[in-house]
Amino acid sequence: MKTRDLGELAARNLREAVLRNSLTTLGVAVGVASLVAMLSLGVGLQTLASQRLTRSGLFDAVFVTSQRNFRGPGQRRPTDSTPKQESRALDEDARQQLSKLSNVTEVYPQIRFITDVRYAGKSETTSVLGLPDSSRSSGAFEGMTGAYFSSPTANEAILQIEFAKVLTDQPPSLVGKDLTLRYAERAALSKDTDDEALLDSMMGSGTPGGISIVPREKTLRIIGVTESDPSAGIGGFGGARIYLPLKTAEQLHVAQPDDLQAFLSGNSAKPSYMALTVRVHSPKDVLQVEASIKQLGFATFSLLDATKSLRLVFTVFDLFLGLFGSLALTVASLGIINTLVMAILERRREIGILKALGATDRDVRSLFFAEAGAMGLFGGFFGVALGWLIGQALTWGTTIYLHKQNLPGVKISYVPWWLALGAIAFAIIVSLVAGLYPASRAARLNPVEALRYE
Amino acid sequence: MPTPMMFIQAESVSREYRLGETVIRAVDAVSLNVEKGEFLALLGSSGSGKSTLLSMMAGLDRPTSGAIRVRERNLAELEADELARYRRETVGMVFQSFNLLPRMTLEENVELPLRLAEVDRHDRASRVGEALERVGLGARRRHRPSELSGGEQQRGALARALVNRPAILFADEPTGNLDSVNGEQILLLLREIQDSLGMTIIMVTHERPLAKKFANRIALLSDGKLVSDGVQR
Repeated sequence: MKTRDLGELAARNLREAVLRNSLTTLGVAVGVASLVAMLSLGVGLQTLASQRLTRSGLFDAVFVTSQRNFRGPGQRRPTDSTPKQESRALDEDARQQLSKLSNVTEVYPQIRFITDVRYAGKSETTSVLGLPDSSRSSGAFEGMTGAYFSSPTANEAILQIEFAKVLTDQPPSLVGKDLTLRYAERAALSKDTDDEALLDSMMGSGTPGGISIVPREKTLRIIGVTESDPSAGIGGFGGARIYLPLKTAEQLHVAQPDDLQAFLSGNSAKPSYMALTVRVHSPKDVLQVEASIKQLGFATFSLLDATKSLRLVFTVFDLFLGLFGSLALTVASLGIINTLVMAILERRREIGILKALGATDRDVRSLFFAEAGAMGLFGGFFGVALGWLIGQALTWGTTIYLHKQNLPGVKISYVPWWLALGAIAFAIIVSLVAGLYPASRAARLNPVEALRYE
Repeated sequence: MPTPMMFIQAESVSREYRLGETVIRAVDAVSLNVEKGEFLALLGSSGSGKSTLLSMMAGLDRPTSGAIRVRERNLAELEADELARYRRETVGMVFQSFNLLPRMTLEENVELPLRLAEVDRHDRASRVGEALERVGLGARRRHRPSELSGGEQQRGALARALVNRPAILFADEPTGNLDSVNGEQILLLLREIQDSLGMTIIMVTHERPLAKKFANRIALLSDGKLVSDGVQR
C-alpha cells in the first residue's frame, strides 16, 4: 500500500475512535509535558546559573596577588622543594604587564575602603567600592533606579538601596542629589622633607621616602540606586554600599591596608595593589593566563574547577529530572499499547477483511504503526506545548514569590529548540515501540479466524 | 479434441485442526479440477468442509497436505506476501455477512482493493464507478453500509470483489443472509458476470435449488470428503 493511502486509512481509523484515541494521545502529551517541563527546568536553572556566574566574573577571572603579600585564597603553603621565585611588587608596572598578556581583556585592582559619607547634614560610615567599566554588562544593575555611570571617570555614585534607605525614606529621590565622601588620602613624602628625616630616625634605618595620610573630601552626584547587590565574592566586584567608577576611586588615592606594608618594604614611592583581578575572554582561557601570570612571579587563584563541579551537578540533576519525566512517558506508552491491543480485538474482523482483499502482513503492521506514530506525533506536539506552559507557569509563580521577597524575577524554565524537537521525536519513537507488539500481533492474525470473529 | 485447460486443481487436499488432543479433519483428501469460466457450486451441509476448501482455494488458508494449483502455481508453497498478491490480483471474494467496513462509505469500501493494489489514484474513481454501476448501486456510492439493505450490501460487496477485475470469484454463502428474492438477484448477477466477463466462479452454498438453478456444476461435500461432482444441464 502506498504511504498516502496508508496515512489516509490511519487518519480515518483515528477519527472514527476519536474519544479513545484522543485520550491516549492526551496520555502521551502529559508524559511528554512532564518530561519537557522537568528538563526545561533543568536547562533553565543551568542557563540561569551559568549566566549569573559568568556575569559575576567568577569564572572568567584570575585573582592575582603578590607572592610577598600573602598566600591567595585556595593556595597551598609552598613546600621546601618549591623553587623560590623572585617576589615582585603588584604595582602599576605589573598591572600594565598583565594587561598585555594574550586573552586578557581587563586588569583592575580592588579599590575598597570604609569612609565617612555626608548627605543633607547627616554623617554615615559605610563601605565604598570602585567598579570597573565591565560591571556595566554584568547584569547586576539591571532594573536599577537611575542610570549607570556616564563615564569611567565621572564623579558619580550608585547607592545600594539599604544604604539609600539610611539616608532617606524615599530612596529614588536621591537620584540627582550630591553626597560628600570624607576619606584618608595616601600621599608620598619627598626625600628632603623634615618628616622623612624624622621617620628615618624613628625607624632607625635608612629607608628612603615615606607616606602621609591626608584627610580629603569629594563631592559625588548620586545617579542611581540599585536593589541588587553586585557582590560576587572573590574575583568578582565585591559588595559595598556605595559604588564609584574604578578610575574615579583610584584617583582618590585612598589609603589602603597594604600601604603600610609597602612603606615597610621600602616600596612606598610607587603605589602597589593588594590584589588585581585579571579578566580573560572566556573561562577556557583561564588556565593559560594563570600559567603566564605565575611565570611573571605572581600568585594566582581562579574558580575554574568550580565550573566543572557545577556542570557535573547539573548533568546529574538533568538525569534525575529526565528520569522522572520518562516514567510519566512510560505510563503513557502503556496507554498506547493498551489502546492498540484493544483496537486489534475490536478490529479483528476488519483486519481479516483487509487480508482477504490482499493486504500483506506489512500493510496491516504499517497501518497500526502509522496510528501509533500519529498518536506519538500529536502527543509529542501537544506535550511540548503543555510542558512549555508548565515551565512558564513555574517561572511566573517563582517571579511572584521573588517579587514578594523584594528580589528580581528570574526565568527558571527554558525550552531550547533541541528539547522541543527531541521530545517530539522521543514521543514518536516511544509510540512506535509501544505499537510494535500490537502491530505484529495484528499482522500475524489468520484471516480465516479473523473473518469468523464476531 | 484438446483437453480443456485446468484452471484450478485441488490435489488430495486435506486440512486438519487440532483441538487439544483431538485432530479434526475438516477437508479430507479432496481432489477437484475447475476449468476457466466455470461456475462451480460447492454444496454440503454445515460442517461438511466446503467453506474450508473455498478458503484454501482463495489463498486465505493453507492445506495441511496436498496441493492447490492455480495457473500451475501451488498455493501451498507460496510465501505469505505472494499469497497476499494472489488474493489481491487474481481473486475476488464475497462473504455471507457482506463484510463491508462499517466506517467507510460504499465508494470507499469498493476503492479499498484498489488502494491495496496501489492502483493509480486517477483511475480509481472510474473503476469504482464502473463496478458500482455493474451491480446497480451507482446512486448509493456515498452511503454507509448501515444505510443499505442486505441485498444492497451484498451487491456492494460484489462490486468490491469485481473492482480489481479478478480471474476467479469466490463466494462463501452469498445468499445466506438474504431473503429468497434478494438471494436470487445476487445469483443472477453472478451468472451475468460469469457470462459477460468469462469469470470463473466458485460458490459455497447449502441451498441445492439455487445451486442447481445457477451453477454449471455442483460438487457435493460431506464430512470433508467429496461425495459427488457433476455437471449441470
